[in-house]
Amino acid sequence: MANSDLGEKRPLSPHLQVYRPNLTMMMSILHRITGAALYFAILLGVWWLVALAAGPGYFAFVDGIFRSWLGLLVLFGATYGLFHHMMGGIRHLIWDAGKAFSIKSAEHMAWMSLALAAGLTVVVFIAGFAAS
Amino acid sequence: MSKTFQTPLRRARSRGSAHEGAGHFWAQRLTAVLSIVLTLFLVVLAIALAGRDHAAARALVANPFIATGIAATAVVFVWHMMIGMQVIIEDYVHGPLVKAGLLMANVLFSGLVLFLTLAALGKIAFGA
Repeated sequence: MANSDLGEKRPLSPHLQVYRPNLTMMMSILHRITGAALYFAILLGVWWLVALAAGPGYFAFVDGIFRSWLGLLVLFGATYGLFHHMMGGIRHLIWDAGKAFSIKSAEHMAWMSLALAAGLTVVVFIAGFAAS
Repeated sequence: MSKTFQTPLRRARSRGSAHEGAGHFWAQRLTAVLSIVLTLFLVVLAIALAGRDHAAARALVANPFIATGIAATAVVFVWHMMIGMQVIIEDYVHGPLVKAGLLMANVLFSGLVLFLTLAALGKIAFGA
């Protein structure tokens, strides 16, 4: 209570810039960044569905944008973000279950999730091109 | 030792800065687990839809099981992203008015995403 007059000058806890970057820290930051990006990327799916409901003319327009190289690049990024966030989420669920807290396990899972997210993204695009 | 017969969960409920205890934490985990299954559904659906023209894509989405799956995905994803963005806003935005405004915009945006999806789905699934 003696310090209650500090107001805006209250001490802050050490923040990002005082730490040397490391893998698990980057994965934590990326988990939030991919989450925030997916918050807006869902509009791609909504747009596509609205176009499908609107009719053949508008659907062809949106379909054309999605199939352009820029459209595919955005879809590729969104797909990677989705898988990255999913793998990050699975890591968090494992920690929530009280498992894999050692630094070695945490770093192992970080590399695993990067590899699986990248692998799944490539597999999905190969399957998509093969199907179309 | 605790001198109450209340469980730790009962005492945690209604606590925290938003006065909702562990409810937010639990909802984030529940929707996360559901999202794993629904993401896989969505990805397989996207592959099945790749290369289809309007009529063929519409026929697949209009299938009751597929339409229900997309609706479930929309509900779970929107719920998950709404409470996720709420945490981001609470973490980084400290001005009371801006914070309240962004928290409201978050609910508005999320609701818009959900209702647009359901409206489009309804039109596709129920004809017209």
